[in-house]
Amino acid sequence: MKLNDAQAGLAAAERRIGEVILAVEGISLAFGGVRALNDVSFDVREHEVRAIIGPNGAGKSSMLNVLNGVYRPQAGRITFAGETVAAMEPHHSAARGIARTFQSLALFKGMSVLENMLAGRNLMMKTNIFLQALRVGPALAEEIAHRKRVEEIIDFLEIQHVRKTPVGRLPYGLQKRVDLGRALAAEPKVLLLDEPMAGMNVEEKQDMCRFILDVNDEFGTTIVLIEHDMGVVMDLSDRVVVLDYGKKIADGTPDEVRSNQAVVDAYLGVKH
Amino acid sequence: MGATTRNLTIAFFVLLVFGAVSPMLFTDAKFPQWLEVILGGVMSGVLYSLVALGLVLIFKASGVFNFAQGAMVLFAALTLVRLMEKMPFVVALVVTIVVMVALAWLVERLVLRPLVNQEGIVLFMATLGIAYFLDGLGQTLWGSDIYTLHVGMPKEPKILLEGTFEGGILVNMEDAIAAVLAGVMVAVLALFFQKTGTGRALRAVADDHQAAQSIGIPLNRIWVIVWSVSGLVALVAGVIWGSKLGVQFSLQLVALKALPVVILGGFTSIPGAIIGGLIIGLGEKVSEVYLGPLLGGGIENWFAYVLALVFLLFRPEGLFGERHIDRV
Repeated sequence: MKLNDAQAGLAAAERRIGEVILAVEGISLAFGGVRALNDVSFDVREHEVRAIIGPNGAGKSSMLNVLNGVYRPQAGRITFAGETVAAMEPHHSAARGIARTFQSLALFKGMSVLENMLAGRNLMMKTNIFLQALRVGPALAEEIAHRKRVEEIIDFLEIQHVRKTPVGRLPYGLQKRVDLGRALAAEPKVLLLDEPMAGMNVEEKQDMCRFILDVNDEFGTTIVLIEHDMGVVMDLSDRVVVLDYGKKIADGTPDEVRSNQAVVDAYLGVKH
Repeated sequence: MGATTRNLTIAFFVLLVFGAVSPMLFTDAKFPQWLEVILGGVMSGVLYSLVALGLVLIFKASGVFNFAQGAMVLFAALTLVRLMEKMPFVVALVVTIVVMVALAWLVERLVLRPLVNQEGIVLFMATLGIAYFLDGLGQTLWGSDIYTLHVGMPKEPKILLEGTFEGGILVNMEDAIAAVLAGVMVAVLALFFQKTGTGRALRAVADDHQAAQSIGIPLNRIWVIVWSVSGLVALVAGVIWGSKLGVQFSLQLVALKALPVVILGGFTSIPGAIIGGLIIGLGEKVSEVYLGPLLGGGIENWFAYVLALVFLLFRPEGLFGERHIDRV
């Protein structure tokens, strides 16, 4: 009996990290003469926390924007859930299950927390627009179901007390949570987080770390994360990609990356 | 801030009601005549609301003040009136609707799509261009004469409530029908925006293009929808004003009156556009009739703009607009 439990536990731990769900190959992106990304390849496995790090201007956000479909790379391929394309389109990537948060907040400031999150589920609303307007029949049932799911996420992120407040009036730390919540509301397979801890104090950072790990554990969401805080990255992530001047210079577990000479040089500078 | 602004709003409305009622209290105005003035004000107010609504729709969905709204009103009315020379009204109406939707699609494809994620001012300048283009296009295609538009609305004023008051109340039936039509339109649009997923998507696009894209809202389709809807609003406004004043270049200037309306009501608020329109319609009629003799008349022409100026000074977000707090 005990053996079975132990085996099951082991199996679960192994199952936690699954097959490759998202992969990029040879991605190159240039803005005029500036090469933001140069032949970058890496993969992301199901259920893992994958970090992209690098000094300022290394191309981290550009990479995220490529995954999300905001930028179209000039070369390379993106494979997501078995489908290979040359470039993503923003609303198609959302429809296939990629959600994201933003480095500098991009919330719907005039809407309440609740509405922001409901907007995150926009793609899932199927009923006829006329029924929606009148709130009758299946549209009412649908609205209630969506509302229920959103309330669960609000509880999860501990922002019940501000659910009706216009987002523009919330303090920064809470806005960051709403941003995460809106992405979660879409029930994504892969969640892209662009510097989720930027500008936060220690306490807020700890909360955000906890939320990210819980999302990964409880919802089984795959997470791709950009972060500057090295401590955070090393604690949170399963594997790390390091970019410098648009090129991949290292890829591996946090320990491997930490002891990589190229990474140390990139961060601390090197004598020529 | 909540309490003070609410008090200011309440104070404003109290002042408004007082202003509207004061002729009855302090002058020897007759009740039926006063009621006529009020009704006239409300009816022209609803028409201002309708044009303002077109502005608010586009502003909500793209954060752009659409300078071309007036040109769209004229273009829609011109198209309709010239098509009616060749075909029955209903067919002409359908064709005009198709034209307005096609116009929305072209605006999205040729103007807005290349400008995704640009500053509001850039998009505003683009609508300036659209306005002049539509102007020229309309006059090239349809000519620049004054056309009369008959859509079967009764032109004769009716006298109502003759039994209740001596002489009754004179009501312009054309205005009354137009007001009802505009009212229905306004109600439908308000429901659409506030209660539907698409409405929510529209508001999301207004707040942040990039974020809206990231949650899977197809920006391009939303813009086509919203420009089509505001094209239809322009058509209704064009038909109503056109049949009142004739279809001519000055229809464009009607949209100018919609500017103080949205400043008053708030750029982002549909109820604001409605109430703002009513306030301005009512205010200018009442002050023209009762204050006009004291101040030498002509109040109707500047009332709206002065009121808008006062609002810009003390409450730039309007009565119902969203207040944005910018952090430094």
